[in-house]
Amino acid sequence: MEVNQMQRSFLEYANVLFREGFLDGQFSQLQMLADESNPDFVVEVVSLFFEDSQKLLNDLTTTLDQQNVNFKKIDAHIHQLKGSSSSIGAQRVKNACIAFRNFCDQQNVEGLSFGSSITFAFLFQLEQQIVAAGGAIPILSEFS
Amino acid sequence: MGIDCSSEELHVLAVDDSLVDRKVIERLLKISCCKVTTVESGRRALQLLGLDGEKSSVEFDELNVNLIMTDYSMPEMTGYELLKKIKGSSKLCKIPVVVMSSEKVMSRIDRCMEEGAEEFLVKPLKLTDVERVIDFILRGGDKNEKKITTSRKRKTMMMHEDFDSSSSQSSSNWEQPYQKRPKIAQN
Repeated sequence: MEVNQMQRSFLEYANVLFREGFLDGQFSQLQMLADESNPDFVVEVVSLFFEDSQKLLNDLTTTLDQQNVNFKKIDAHIHQLKGSSSSIGAQRVKNACIAFRNFCDQQNVEGLSFGSSITFAFLFQLEQQIVAAGGAIPILSEFS
Repeated sequence: MGIDCSSEELHVLAVDDSLVDRKVIERLLKISCCKVTTVESGRRALQLLGLDGEKSSVEFDELNVNLIMTDYSMPEMTGYELLKKIKGSSKLCKIPVVVMSSEKVMSRIDRCMEEGAEEFLVKPLKLTDVERVIDFILRGGDKNEKKITTSRKRKTMMMHEDFDSSSSQSSSNWEQPYQKRPKIAQN
């Protein structure tokens, strides 16, 4: 009972997320892939995305805190995050990644710190929106 | 969706270092009535295909796959390097390989096509992309048929209303139907 209700309200709320620019057309693609045999597909992928993204951003932060920053590694992390956010249609997160990747080329550590904070904020924001819609995504742990 | 999957099922090996992308492509392929195996690296893929040189353990039977779909940008072994190894192997060279990438770099596309890739798909993948590829493989990879499916794809592209201001990902996979290009001088 609860699952179907959650799915419904989540999917209805997704329209709000589209309008507000949190999500783009790729998210609709994912919605098309859920059916009676796999009703939880969207929730599963989105959960995976949040887990994966949090880990990536944490790794990125750790790398940034090093004495000698490994910019190649950071670029790889951002590339990964950009890719997965693009695959699920998390538009703001994706655009944030595209924007702050430039700081990597410039080897701008402050810019990268700032960029990753913003990206994390967008991520958190998206997750909050989904939880508000009853999407039952696990809460991201505190960003330290 | 009620798709009848009773007819021939292709077995596809999907290679991608991104967990999220593996999940998505697995679903895309299953919806397209394929049996799917996903792995996270080229090395692992070669192991499963029985091409890893080290014939250590035989804990699993070698996979029999009809199609390999691989991400381009992967650590250690790129999709291009994996493609080369597959096409360079007498055992595996007949398996069609499709390369996927979030970055639409023409030199990259050319390189892959010249190395024998069947298709180069730009991420994020859509269901129509996967359906088109499967359709092509099921038809036995007839190059003439490719034109028909590509124009079907263009019609579908026009129905989709997605936009992306970033230059690295355009809303359509390519502006015109991709056909095997003549060898172009590389710099």
